[in-house]
Amino acid sequence: MIKAENIIKSFEGRTILNNISTEFGTGQTNLIIGRSGSGKTVLLKSLVGLHEVDSGAIYYDDICFSTLDFRTRKAIRKDVGMIFQGGALLDASTVVENVKLPLDLFTEQSEEEKLERVHYCLKRVNLEHAHHLYPSELSGGMVKRAAIARAIVMNPRYLFCDEPNSGLDPQTSIVIDNLIYDITKEYNITTIINTHDMNSVMEIGEKIVFIHEGNKWWEGTKDDIFHTENRELDDFVFASAMAKRAKIAR
Amino acid sequence: MKLFASIGQYTLLMQKVFSRPERRSIYYSRIMSEMEALGLNSIGLTAIISVFIGAVVTLQMAITLESPFIPQYMIGYATREVMILEFSSTVVALILAGKVGSNIASEIGTMRITEQIDALEIMGINSASYLILPKIIATVFFFPFLAIFSMLVGIAGGYGIASATGIMNPVDYIDGLMYCFYPDEISYALVKMAFFAFIVTSISSYCGYYAKGTSLAVGKASTQAVVSSSIAIMICNLILTQILRT
Ligand SMILES: Nc1ncnc2c1ncn2[C@@H]1O[C@H](COP(=O)(O)OP(=O)(O)OP(=O)(O)O)[C@@H](O)[C@H]1O
Ligand SMILES: [Mg+2]
Repeated sequence: MIKAENIIKSFEGRTILNNISTEFGTGQTNLIIGRSGSGKTVLLKSLVGLHEVDSGAIYYDDICFSTLDFRTRKAIRKDVGMIFQGGALLDASTVVENVKLPLDLFTEQSEEEKLERVHYCLKRVNLEHAHHLYPSELSGGMVKRAAIARAIVMNPRYLFCDEPNSGLDPQTSIVIDNLIYDITKEYNITTIINTHDMNSVMEIGEKIVFIHEGNKWWEGTKDDIFHTENRELDDFVFASAMAKRAKIAR
Repeated sequence: MKLFASIGQYTLLMQKVFSRPERRSIYYSRIMSEMEALGLNSIGLTAIISVFIGAVVTLQMAITLESPFIPQYMIGYATREVMILEFSSTVVALILAGKVGSNIASEIGTMRITEQIDALEIMGINSASYLILPKIIATVFFFPFLAIFSMLVGIAGGYGIASATGIMNPVDYIDGLMYCFYPDEISYALVKMAFFAFIVTSISSYCGYYAKGTSLAVGKASTQAVVSSSIAIMICNLILTQILRT
């Protein structure tokens, strides 16, 4: 479980996150949705501690993460996996080296055990044939998938995904959504996903938090989302033609 | 004011760089590859510049010291002193600041703006130490060898021009090289070079590590790296010369 309490974050006097409180459950896929520029990435990065919040508290299960020092945070980070919006693979390393890095640094496993784990993770994201390619030689979707493999290689307890399927074709998007959903259930992970893709919302949105201009505008489940009176959320949801048709059909 | 803030930030970064490394074995292989990237790959440039400067210094000395009262071997002596005392450490360090410094700053800067550094931090890796420490160790260890190499090549360049143009007698040149030779001068140059290596690498890493924004920031960081490390080299040169030579 990850809990945010009244977090406020501003850059150079401009408030980006305005008093956000919410809770993300364990073993479920939590979605943060909102328009481009609404503050999703800033919220996600504040939750993992890449941005220091101005005020408010962040809890990882019972631990108050936001007051921890650098060293204790590092210990928690071993349980955290994150997929960045741009992939953020290390350019100078191959796919296998990228995925293996956390194992090299933090486990005592033998080389064979590590490689076995790496191959297993790459297989889960359908990247068996790209082991020795460099990030510059991968397509956008392959970068995303390699990033997912890297994020799950250490069996994280908390998984953060910043638009894991933006820029991917619909088929691959669904594969990735389902993959994240499956591992969330399998390992009982607290998963938080940023997205503005309504397909993902309908596929895997167990809990949904809608951010509008830095405020938490709405939260609920994918079943509630069609029955809301909330104007901005409605606009967001029904901007997609498919969802519009779904509503008319109801 | 801004300068003090930067110095403070730089000091904090260095503290992070020199905190206990995660795993030694990984560092070992990274140091080796940095030695190749930052050290071995600079040998060519060092050689070309040193051989030409050695030749030109010898020529200049031969022309300037053309007097019946000054023995010819003084030319070899002067060339040796110039190469050992200043050129092969300070000037080579300045040139390496241009090559290695901009390389380091743009590499680390790119990693910053493409969130690779954030990704390392999320994995619980001390990104500063992981990225910067191997570079510092590699250059502090390797640059002094480049300095020795530069001395040899420069002096050889002087000898080459002396025998090629006949502007002076090569035998006198060799005599001059032996004249009043104190090996301490070489250790002084090597100590200086090790300091310069640290300056170039740490300052350039600092500039890249705190790059902010887009690709424009990377260009700015690498310019800043070259400018700042050159200035720092000159200041450090003055201080070290004062301490070590007097
Ligand atoms: N490091 C930063 N410094 C200053 N302002 C920032 C910074 N990061 C983000 N912002 C601002 O915060 C706002 C929200 O940005 P954010 O990246 O969170 O959007 P987003 O919801 O993730 O959008 P997208 O869906 O396009 O990724 C933007 O207006 C942006 O200008
Ligand atoms: Mg974003």
